Amino acid sequence: MGLSRAHAANDTVLSTKGLTKVFGGLKAVDSLDLEVHRGEILSLIGPNGAGKTTVFNVVTGIYTPEAGEVIFDGRPITGMKPHRIVSLGIARTFQNIRLFPDMTCLENVMAGQHVRSRAGFLSSLFRTPGMRREEAQIERTAMERLSQVGLERFAHDLAKNIAYGSQRMLEIARALATEPRLLVLDEPSSGLNPKETRDLMSFLEGLIQNDDLTILLIEHDMNVVMGISDWVVVMDDGVKIAEGRPEDIYHDPLVIEAYLGRESEEG
Amino acid sequence: MRDLQNLSGGGLRSARLLAPLAFACLVTAYPFAVSDYLIDIGFFFGIYALLGLSLNIVLGEVGLFDLGHAGFYAIGAYVTAVLNTRYQVPVLVLMPVSCLAAALFAYLVCSPIIHLKGDYLCIVTIGMGEIVRLALINNPFDLTGGPNGVFGIDFPRVGNLLVVDSSIEYYFLVWITVGVSIAGLVSLQHSRIGRAWNCIREDAVAAQATGINVRAYKLLAFVLGAALAGAAGNIYASKLMCVSPESFTFWESCLMFCIVLIGGMGSIPGVIVGAAFISLFPEIFRPFAMYRMLVFGSIMIVMMMVRPGGFWPRKRGAVTLRPLMEDTADGAV
Repeated sequence: MGLSRAHAANDTVLSTKGLTKVFGGLKAVDSLDLEVHRGEILSLIGPNGAGKTTVFNVVTGIYTPEAGEVIFDGRPITGMKPHRIVSLGIARTFQNIRLFPDMTCLENVMAGQHVRSRAGFLSSLFRTPGMRREEAQIERTAMERLSQVGLERFAHDLAKNIAYGSQRMLEIARALATEPRLLVLDEPSSGLNPKETRDLMSFLEGLIQNDDLTILLIEHDMNVVMGISDWVVVMDDGVKIAEGRPEDIYHDPLVIEAYLGRESEEG
Repeated sequence: MRDLQNLSGGGLRSARLLAPLAFACLVTAYPFAVSDYLIDIGFFFGIYALLGLSLNIVLGEVGLFDLGHAGFYAIGAYVTAVLNTRYQVPVLVLMPVSCLAAALFAYLVCSPIIHLKGDYLCIVTIGMGEIVRLALINNPFDLTGGPNGVFGIDFPRVGNLLVVDSSIEYYFLVWITVGVSIAGLVSLQHSRIGRAWNCIREDAVAAQATGINVRAYKLLAFVLGAALAGAAGNIYASKLMCVSPESFTFWESCLMFCIVLIGGMGSIPGVIVGAAFISLFPEIFRPFAMYRMLVFGSIMIVMMMVRPGGFWPRKRGAVTLRPLMEDTADGAV
């Protein structure tokens, strides 16, 4: 467990204040306050339909909230366009993998470098030396990210042709290529087998240790949540019902009732 | 290292260079071997290649269903026709002017509709193309000559030194334009702009979440596509010496759409093949004029069933990126 990285109160990377998102008559997220601290892995858990993915979509700019604000690195990003938010340093993955299926794995990751490169229309048209240098740099960086997730041998294969587990890692590599300071992962372990899940966990642990990175994740697999989270936030019906260290959450009667309890009834 | 390059990149690369080179030679030699009539067919092949390339940016690279592309083509042709016949502006000077006019029109018209998806965008662009045509018929400000169009457009010329007035000269004018366009478009394909376009086509939400300004890149595609269609309009107007609204019907937009679909979305050689099919097919089947559309339709149906990706789809993978890696080696010096 990542106990060495405490949920220190002084260094907030991302926070939401009174965040509310309404769909028709349904309050998907109801005045949510969330604080993510630098260098930690924070898991957002809760039963299906609790509003977790909606929180992600608001944070990454895909939805605009009805009320409340999102603050990243001390600056309000509420209502900003998704591509602006990526350039500020938040990258994400999707619950159901969204790659560029008919492009190669390398091109997928190179796309992540888009926000970190400058070449405009004219320099691309005339392939100026500066543009070529930048393009070479993009390719090198993308290749590094690919080998980081162990996919360098698939660099020139189409993304749609690699295995499901590899596609998950490719999506993470693409997110990392945007050089984020906050990585937002929506159920990264769903569809992975136990071994792939263990590999993913140690990969994320490694990321946090080596880079200036913070991870916010939605996760259903309790082994993952308990294994790598520094802090856990529990949502139900759009409201935060509990938060704390994973071992405390595990024994919280409210959480067991809302979430873990239901699951154990099924099992 | 040297050997490795020869093994992996060299052979494939020369094969990839061979086809365009052979095609360029064929295009250059062709008019010297055939009659003026066949040269003119070659000219219209070139015009359709140019139109196909221009729609390919929007439809092929970005995946936006644009069925009103003839509108941009018409704007280019009419700008050339009106400014040349009224103010005697030289046709060659009007080529960039036509490009800019079509591009500006695309920017203004597409800005408010660019967020529409798939079939919705398709419907709106059909409307846009039809509005352009109807506006031309209605003779606004007495500029467009109504259904009759505009007559007496000059030859492209540089003083009296170089006058493009024969079939063969027009043929080369259009194919040089095609060549320059292809060179530019290949450069764009292998840049972050081309990549961004393709990402939007593959998955617009993922593209956005990867940091691509989807709206701006879609608009850029429309503006650039319109500019190329404007250039085609300019050449077309001076070749026919007259323009009229009936040259820019919905059917024309459909033909451009077919060119891109037959060839393969986002594939430049595919566009050439598609344009060849569209422009040469009616000539080959001229003796059987009655059954022409029947055969044409059947071929389209069979084509879509057998090769839904097009006749010559763009190949991605190791081969595509090999030259890029060699650029790296040169660029680092």
